[in-house]
Amino acid sequence: MKSIEELMAIRDKTRKNMTVREDTGDSKIRIVVGMATCGIAAGARPVMNAFVDEIAKRDIKGVSVLQTGCIGMCRYEPIVEVTEPGKEKVTYVKMTPEKAVRVVNDHIVNGNPVAEFTVGAVED
Amino acid sequence: MREISLNILDVAENSLKAGADTVEIDVAFSERENTLTVIVSDNGCGMTKEQVKNVTDPFYTTRTTRKVGLGVPLFKMAAEMSGGSFEISSVLGKGTTLTAVFKTDSVDFVPLGDIASTVELLCVSNPKVNIVFKEHGNNDSFTFESRKIREILGDVPMESPEVREWMREYLTENTEKFSGGNNK
Repeated sequence: MKSIEELMAIRDKTRKNMTVREDTGDSKIRIVVGMATCGIAAGARPVMNAFVDEIAKRDIKGVSVLQTGCIGMCRYEPIVEVTEPGKEKVTYVKMTPEKAVRVVNDHIVNGNPVAEFTVGAVED
Repeated sequence: MREISLNILDVAENSLKAGADTVEIDVAFSERENTLTVIVSDNGCGMTKEQVKNVTDPFYTTRTTRKVGLGVPLFKMAAEMSGGSFEISSVLGKGTTLTAVFKTDSVDFVPLGDIASTVELLCVSNPKVNIVFKEHGNNDSFTFESRKIREILGDVPMESPEVREWMREYLTENTEKFSGGNNK
């Protein structure tokens, strides 16, 4: 069984390993997950969790995972938008936790958007 | 919605949009009555009498971009489909309370589902809001309050992987006992 004492131990261990954050708070990349009724019904909850997990696991700085409402393409939910300054917004559709991991690895880390998951690929 | 916990996540988002700084989710199983009662209450901006009257109408929404609002109607439908009931009360400027009663012995009862995941997501993605989660049943109860967890954590972020893993397991262990691990 997990206990509060265990949480305290995790806190102390994490604090010891925390490096000085060069993060100034202004995130450069934004990952926005649609979390309205349509998104949630289509499975946005595990997708959102997968993004937060993967970003934290790889200790990626300057990326924020945010929520938004319905953007009007409910049939393509779960929808995730990735915006980077100076680049065109990339809209991923019908997302899953597995696809989320791939987006973090290929797009966020290596800078190559995953074309086959984008709205352009399903509409063609 | 495949799980009631998804309806809960959905209506809790309404509370957050209403500017609440405390959102309380109360889940109670009664074996004697064969019911599951879900109460979601907030101290957000509340609604006018007119809005309360219309909120369960799927073709009513305060949004201006679209003409439908399905969150509350779907929650109400899930409760009533199982033979339960649904009630909403709101005071403008004070907050809103939703009460949904489900009959757990109905064939149309949708399981509560992964409530741990709903609570975890609400806590992690709303750092300024106190998410209070309570579950009761079989003379036992469990309370989880995001503000208390953040107090313990201090400067350690809640989204760090070890903390999230602890939260997920802690919430899962403490919520499974109420539904006898029979949630999915």
